[in-house]
Order: sequence, then structure tokens, then C-alpha cells
Amino acid sequence: METLLGLDLPTWWFLVIGGLITGYGVLDGFDLGAGALHLFFNKEESRRLALNAIGPVWDGNEVWLVIAGGALFAGFPLVYGVLFSTFYIPFMLFLVSLIFRAISIEFRSKEPWAWWRKMWDISYCVSSIFITFLLGLVLGNLIHGLPINKEHEFTGNLLTFFNPYAILIAFTTLSLFMLHGAIYLVMKTENRLYAKLTVLVNNCSKFFILCFILTSMATLIYVPHMTQAFKHHPELFILPLIAVLTLLNIKRNIDGRRYFIAFLFSAIIMSCLLILFAIGLYPNIIISSTDPAHSISIYAAASSNKSLKIMLLIAAIGTPLVISYTVFVFWTFRGKVKLNEMSY
Amino acid sequence: MPSVEILSRIQFAFTVAFHYIYPPLSIGLGLCLVIMEGIYLKTGLLVYRDITRFWIKIFALIFGIGVATGIVMEFEFGTNWATYSHYVGDIFGSALAAEGIFAFALESGFLGILLFGWNRVSKGVHFFSTIMVALGSIFSALWIVIANSWQQTPAGFKIEGYDLGARAVVTDFWEMVFNPSSVDRFSHVIIGAFLAGSFLVMSVGAWYILKGRYIKHSQAMFKVGLSVAVVAALLQLFTGHRSADYVSKYQPAKLAAMEGHYDSLAVADMYIVGWVDNKNEKTTGIKIPGGLSFLTHGSFSAPVEGLRATPQADRPGAVNFVFQTYHAMVAIGITLIGLTLLALILLWRKQLFNHRWLMWIFVLAVLLPQMANQLGWYAAEVGRQPWVVYKLLRTSDALSRKVTADQVLFSLILFTFVYVLLFALFLFLLNRKISHGPDVTEDEETDSEHFSKRNIANIPS
Repeated sequence: METLLGLDLPTWWFLVIGGLITGYGVLDGFDLGAGALHLFFNKEESRRLALNAIGPVWDGNEVWLVIAGGALFAGFPLVYGVLFSTFYIPFMLFLVSLIFRAISIEFRSKEPWAWWRKMWDISYCVSSIFITFLLGLVLGNLIHGLPINKEHEFTGNLLTFFNPYAILIAFTTLSLFMLHGAIYLVMKTENRLYAKLTVLVNNCSKFFILCFILTSMATLIYVPHMTQAFKHHPELFILPLIAVLTLLNIKRNIDGRRYFIAFLFSAIIMSCLLILFAIGLYPNIIISSTDPAHSISIYAAASSNKSLKIMLLIAAIGTPLVISYTVFVFWTFRGKVKLNEMSY
Repeated sequence: MPSVEILSRIQFAFTVAFHYIYPPLSIGLGLCLVIMEGIYLKTGLLVYRDITRFWIKIFALIFGIGVATGIVMEFEFGTNWATYSHYVGDIFGSALAAEGIFAFALESGFLGILLFGWNRVSKGVHFFSTIMVALGSIFSALWIVIANSWQQTPAGFKIEGYDLGARAVVTDFWEMVFNPSSVDRFSHVIIGAFLAGSFLVMSVGAWYILKGRYIKHSQAMFKVGLSVAVVAALLQLFTGHRSADYVSKYQPAKLAAMEGHYDSLAVADMYIVGWVDNKNEKTTGIKIPGGLSFLTHGSFSAPVEGLRATPQADRPGAVNFVFQTYHAMVAIGITLIGLTLLALILLWRKQLFNHRWLMWIFVLAVLLPQMANQLGWYAAEVGRQPWVVYKLLRTSDALSRKVTADQVLFSLILFTFVYVLLFALFLFLLNRKISHGPDVTEDEETDSEHFSKRNIANIPS
């Protein structure tokens, strides 16, 4: 098999998708989290500030999901088809939530009426929670494994998705995004809203730590295949170690009000958890809970080598561009949010 | 209950048709915004800054709905058409990946600066962002049309595997990108989008002129819209002809359906209006004898391949639908040329804004390019049935095997409900934005000589 710097091409593309999903989590994670916390703010001005803190960037953040979806389609079309047709109903609800979230942000500021704004506030908050929860649910099911038969067909039903482990992962995702969003908002605000958020950040971090501990235990007990890689590569134990150290660091930096550093650490912990997930999966993408032999590996699902090479080239040209203008946009809107006539 | 195939096709057609209201408007408005802001930077006329700001707000509204409904399209390939996704993933996927990374990231990234960056960045950087957003929207159309064109005229690939495990694999990337129809179809699509956007700008401008509001602003925006529209309408004649040309070469059954031409190898007529009776394989109407022969082969007596040359199972069933949508599109296209040229002549004679009836026509004409864009796609996509990838993969084979009819029915009802709501909200907010109008910066001295009030017949005293 053709290799590039010692890794075969499907593995490279697996890394690209992993990178995109991590990028999506780190970026859209904070605006989804901010959305999930939206109803905690009571004053109209606070809500506007919170909305405008993510205003210029949320759309760009969501694009990472579109790119990740495209990358999955391009690199592993088999998985793309199996995954999306298997999760048909959850994905449809996910799409509708994405629509409602986008229009809530866009429409809310267009009219001054209190009922109008309240309606979109609720829609924005609920859809943000829904999206996060559904993402977590899909993730949880992927970790846990799906009942897939030899023909890569799903043999479960809708209730299969709502197993306790997946629901736990969904809550963990929600808690992490809320923490991430709260830290982001506290960096972007001042005065009374800032004071309120410092309390919120503390509570979010407690919620996340609780979920983190529960998830770690549940994974060790109920999902042994996720930890198998560690038996062969004990050096990988450094990752959970980093995750725990990071977690302690988040708490320490929040207590010390060093929010930018806390934000970096919450990005690191998100990356760590996703890397652990990727190591647990590799070289499979969809694990069959019926019979491990029915799992779909990256080699069975990959596009042709030629296609992968073209796409790696596209990614190599495109990624620096995307990163450079993402940085440019974030730099342009650095500092605390101020409301003006063009604001939401 | 209808079959999964029918329901999935209805759902795809509905969601894509609804989605396609918005991207052409964004693409066309993007170009108009570049022109408006460019004029502002060049001349310093505040009128142009006001209208740029006004249209950016409307652009954001349209863009937002376009993105939200577009994500649905991307994921629908996987949810409803898993076999298709596996079949074309190797080819379609790289186009989609390129679209995401080169186009979406560009437009979404810079949109933030476009909307919120007025006080944060210099005029030059803001203008640069406007250009990037406009380019991003054009790029996304580019990659999507390339992918769709590949399905119409596949090239640069080979088939691996067989039966349901078969898939198309890229052998030559550039041959795949520049497949026989992608250039013609892309230019036709993008110019259609310029028409949609520019007619929206003119429609709103004409409305203000009729109401006697924002006299300077309305004239300025109308002129920007008209300058785009007149060039686009004329170019569309050319790209339309090129598109018909490729159809005649590569998809003869589609062309035959467009003109209701059945006889296998005979002189083909061109209909002005008509009706196709697909059961008895007869077409009636007002026609130019040998017109289609002339258009495709340059001779009124050249034979053209008719529908009967293709076996019944391999040709489109809804012939009359293809015929009518195609003819309506052409009729609208010609109307747009007449309308824009008339406006141009009147503008040149400094009479344009005096003709209230013409302004009324322009207020309503915003619907025409929208309809033409929709109808053109209906003709193109129904005309290639029963194939989803022409002559390679049948639509009925492309479905997700495990998705059931009730699931699709559920999502179809859900999307119908959400999209109707979305459309109502869109119209409501658009209407409010238009009645609110641009925020006017008063600066009479610099502007007055450029906009003579004498051109206006009905100035409120």
C-alpha cells in the first residue's frame, strides 16, 4: 500500500477528518455552549452582548462541520452512507435544529418586540442544546458500537440510539461545550455580565468534572474495546494523564481568573478526548456491536488512492488558507464586545 | 403509502428547490455589493455607502437561510441516497471537499467582517472582504455545478466492483473537473444567479421610485442592478445556446424531451408553445419547422435523434413536464433581454424613472429570473431521468437500503413544516427591511449634481 511519511493514505485521511472534527468541536463548541447558556441571562442587554460575542464568528465555526461532512463523504463514502442512513431520524432532527439555530441568531435582532425576541431566545437556546446533545449521542453510539450486520446494515431501531452510555456521552458533550462557551463569554464581556459569568463558569466546570468522572468509569467498565489499544501501546497512557492534568488546570485558572489560559485548556481537553476516541476506533470507523468482524475499517471504506492523494493536496493547500483567515477574523474582533448600530 | 423512492425524490426535489431560492440571490447580490462598494470607494459618494450597508443587511438574511438549507442538502446525500453516496463518493466527494475548504470557509469567514467590521477595519479591508464573500459564493457554485455536471456527462473515471458494491473511481482529476458539460453549465448557472440578484436590487429600487422615497438611493441601486442585469441577460443567450449544444451531443434523450421530438432520426421542429401527449407520443403547438435541426446542426433539414431512439426504460417519463419547464425558461430569458434593453435605452434618454408602468413591471420582475432558474433545473434534472448518474446509475438504485418509507415521510412532513415557516418569516423580514429602507446619510452638496431630481415625475411636494 502506498504510504506518505510512513503512514498509508486512508490513515492520513482519518487524521484529516479527526483534525476537522476537533477543529469543529473547539470552534463551534464555544458558540453552541454559549447558546446553551443563553437563557441564564435575564436582561435584554446581556442577551445581546452574549449573542454579539459569537456574532461575527459562529457562521465560520459551523463551516467546519460542513467541511468535516464533505471530508467524510470524500474519503470514506461507505461510512458516510452507512452512518447517515443509520442515524436517519437523529440527523433529520439535527438538521432542523441547525436551521432553527441559524435563523434564531439572524432573526432575533430584526424586530424590537419583546415576544419576538423571547421566542427566538428560547429557540436559540433549545436548538443549541439539541445540536450538542445529538452530536454527543452520535459520538456515544460510535464509541459504544452499533448493531451492524455483514452487509453494513443497521439492525437496531430508534431506541438503540438512546442507550444509557450514549446518553451519558451526550451529557458530557453538553457539559464540556457549556464550560467552553462560558469561558469564551467571560473573556468577551465586562461589568455585570462578566460578574454573573464568573459564577456560571464555576458551576459549569463542576458539572463537567462530574460528567468526566462518570464517563471515564463507564468507559472503562462497559466499553472495553476503547481501551484495548492501550494494552499494546502503554505509552499512550500519557493522553488520559494529560486530560486529567488539563482538567485540574482549567479549575485552577478559572479560580485565578486567567480565562484565556482556561479557554486554551478547555480546547486541549476537548482535543485529548477526541484523540482518545480516535485511537480507540482506529483502524475502524464504525464498530459493530453484533460481531467485531462486521466493523467497517478505514481500508474497507476508503476512496481510491488517487482520489485520496488529490484530496490531501486540496487539504494541504486549503488548510493554511482557512486557518489564516480564521485567525484574521478572530483578531479583527478581539477584545470585549461592544454594541453598535450594526450589532445583532 | 408511496414508495421510499418516490418519497425520497420528492424530499430531495423539495429541499433543493427551496434551497435554490437563496444561493442565486446571494451570488447576484454579492456582485452588486462589490460594484456598489467599489463606486463608493472610488467616488466617495455617501449614497453608495448607504445602499451598500442596506444591501449587506439583506444579503445576511438571504445568506443565513441559504447556509441553513444548504447543510441539509449535504447530509441528505448520506441519509437518503447512501448507495449513490458510495457510488460517486470518490468523485463527488473531492468536489464537495474543495467546495467546503475553498468556498464556504472563505465566504463565512469574511461575512463576519462584512457585517460587523465597518468600524473595526479600514475601508480597503472591508472592500476586500466584500470581494472575498462574493468570490466565495461563486466558488461554491463552481464546485457544486462541477459535481452535478459530472453526473450528467461523466468523464475521467473508471468503474470498480459490480452490482450494489460498484463505484466510480477518479482516473483523471482534471478530466473529471472539466467534463464535457461543466464549463457551459457553470456559466449558465452563474449568470442566472447574477440575474436573480440584480433583479432583486432593481425591484426594490423601482419600489422606492414609485413611492417617491429615497430618490437618490433608489436611482443608484437601480442603475447598479441594471448594469449587471443587461450584461447578464445578453450573455445568458449565449450560455443557454452552449448548454443546449452540449445536451444535444451528450444527452440526446433530454434534448428530444425538451422539444417533444419522438421520431428516431428525422427533421426536428422547434416549438414556441406546445403540448406533449406522451402516451400517443405526439406533440402539438406553434412551431418553427426544422428549428431544432437548425439549432443543433446548422441546417433546417438535418435529422435529430428522437426519444424513440432510446429504449422506453432509459428515457425520461415526464416528457411534457420537461417540455413545458424548458420552454417557460426560454420565454422568460427572452423577456429579460427585452426588459433590460428597454430600460437601458430609456435610461440613456433620461426617461427611465418617469415611466411608472415600467417601474411596476420591474417591481414584479424579481420573480422572473427566480422562476427561470428553478424551471431550468427542473428541465435539466427531470430530463436526465431515469438516471442519477447518466447511463451509469439509476435513480431507483441509488437509495439508502435501510431507510423506510415512514422515516422519509416523517422527515418530509418535518421539512415541509419548517420550510413553510421559514419562507413566511423570510418574506416578513424582507418586507420589513425594505419598508425600513436604507439609513440615509445627509450630504447634499457632494451628491446633488449626480442625481438630478428632474428625472423624477412624481416628487412628493
